[in-house]
Amino acid sequence: MSASLLLDVQGVSKYFGGLQANEDVSFQVNPGEIVSIIGPNGAGKSTLFSCVTGFHRVDRGRIFFKGREITNQKPHKIGKIGIARTFQVVQVISDMTVLENVMTGGFLKHTRVADVRRKCEEVLAFTGLIEKKSFNALALTISDKKRLEVSMALAMEPELLMLDESMAGLTPVELQEMIALIRKVRSRGVTVVVVEHVMEAVMELSDRVIVLNTGRKIVEGSPQEVVANPEVIRAYLGERYHAVRQ
Amino acid sequence: MHAITGKQLTAGGTALALLIILPLVVSSAFFQHVMILTFMFAMCGVAWSLMGGFAGMFSFGQVAFFGIGAYASSFLLLTFNISPWIGLLAGGIISALMAAAIGYPCSNLRGHYFAIASIAFAEIVRIVFNNWKLVGAAEGLTIPMLKESLANFMFHSSKLPYYYIMLAFLLLAVAVCYYVSTSKMGYYFRAIKESHEVAEVLGVNVVRYRLFAIMISAFLTSMAGTFYAQYILYIDPESVMILPISVQIVLVAMLGGASTVLGPAIGAAILIPLSEYTRAWLGYKGTGVDMIVYGTLITIISMYQPAGVWGSITHLMRRAK
Repeated sequence: MSASLLLDVQGVSKYFGGLQANEDVSFQVNPGEIVSIIGPNGAGKSTLFSCVTGFHRVDRGRIFFKGREITNQKPHKIGKIGIARTFQVVQVISDMTVLENVMTGGFLKHTRVADVRRKCEEVLAFTGLIEKKSFNALALTISDKKRLEVSMALAMEPELLMLDESMAGLTPVELQEMIALIRKVRSRGVTVVVVEHVMEAVMELSDRVIVLNTGRKIVEGSPQEVVANPEVIRAYLGERYHAVRQ
Repeated sequence: MHAITGKQLTAGGTALALLIILPLVVSSAFFQHVMILTFMFAMCGVAWSLMGGFAGMFSFGQVAFFGIGAYASSFLLLTFNISPWIGLLAGGIISALMAAAIGYPCSNLRGHYFAIASIAFAEIVRIVFNNWKLVGAAEGLTIPMLKESLANFMFHSSKLPYYYIMLAFLLLAVAVCYYVSTSKMGYYFRAIKESHEVAEVLGVNVVRYRLFAIMISAFLTSMAGTFYAQYILYIDPESVMILPISVQIVLVAMLGGASTVLGPAIGAAILIPLSEYTRAWLGYKGTGVDMIVYGTLITIISMYQPAGVWGSITHLMRRAK
């Protein structure tokens, strides 16, 4: 195992009773990359995410972050080590303002309230939510909520940001804004792994794409390689994506 | 949570000054007694709001800590002649440790299930004390008469010292709750209340922070229990460990506004005088009219102020700006 890897997932398997959600999945993430994990519904993308972030116990396999084993650590420990994540269904703290939500993440690395507030206002300026910092989190639109969730994750000052379907349900304009934001995040030195359904975003963003099907990794490569791969087309993209492209 | 503004400081200072002067102006012993009970339940309500309102752990077992506080100081005084002030601290520490011991295995319980476990815990504590010979079992403990002095935590000629001590305790509870709610811990409590998953993702050790909330709450509630023992001078399980006290604490907090610092104090200021005066006016008839009136009033307030009285006040103040 190379020490320069940021994330190293080795042969992870996860079963729910008799259902195999992940079977012997391995992949690596280098510092500074944007890696996408794609696959049809039920392919095990979110399960894999939850295994890496400690929300599911893995049944087999090991996971390393910066050379340090994090297999089956508690989620809050993984957060402290430097991995932040968002959820497929947006999770914010409902009786807090936008700024307070972000500050809750900010307390991970700082303790003084004034420091945390200042840092988190910087984060909100970065993600474009600063104007709405006093809004109640529930009063935000879906796209702003997703932005808020990213802000909360960034406030933890992570080295690896894992986004679970942050582009789902966005309008084309909002989608472009989110893509731009993720690029900006990467240019700040944060490595990004996304689980995504929106192919437009995957094609535009990713350095590398990992394709899962029925719990197994079937292909890995550049976005262009992946969409040209017959196995991927058969397993996931199907006729519809071809139709869209023509 | 915002920092205190100058205006709020002035308002708070004025209210405090009024509370200090009040018993000097109104010398009725019954009035002073009602105020003392109000402060006591306000303190318990504030302590409850830390775990129930902020951290979302809906406890109906607070009376266990109230009772342990009452028993710890009384037992130490009776048996070893230890000052009630030291008993106060000892009771707080024992309560906090008990809270941790019961809170840890309940780490994954939420909502109704936590509430049920808390009731069970308090009932177990009551039954144990009812049968525990060493602490007087069902006969309870009578606190020995000592010379009137602050050091002895005992006063015979006037209720005023009790009034001011309880007011000071309440201020301490409010200060602790305010400090906690505006610090990292307060943010973490509110994240835990929203969902354990959200909190964990943000790097919050949910088990540990839930224990912090329970332990701080238990310590403060225990202080109120010690005070009660020194004030009434007789305790038994049926007076300091029964479920209605837990319910009263929850009511005070919910009615006033559970996830606010001052809400429970407002709730106590409405509920306790209501309860005491309806009992004084109507209770002697033995028909339960006082409880009917009391219950009806609670229902009316809850229907029109679901966010708590304090919630409505802050809402009005915000609209007025």
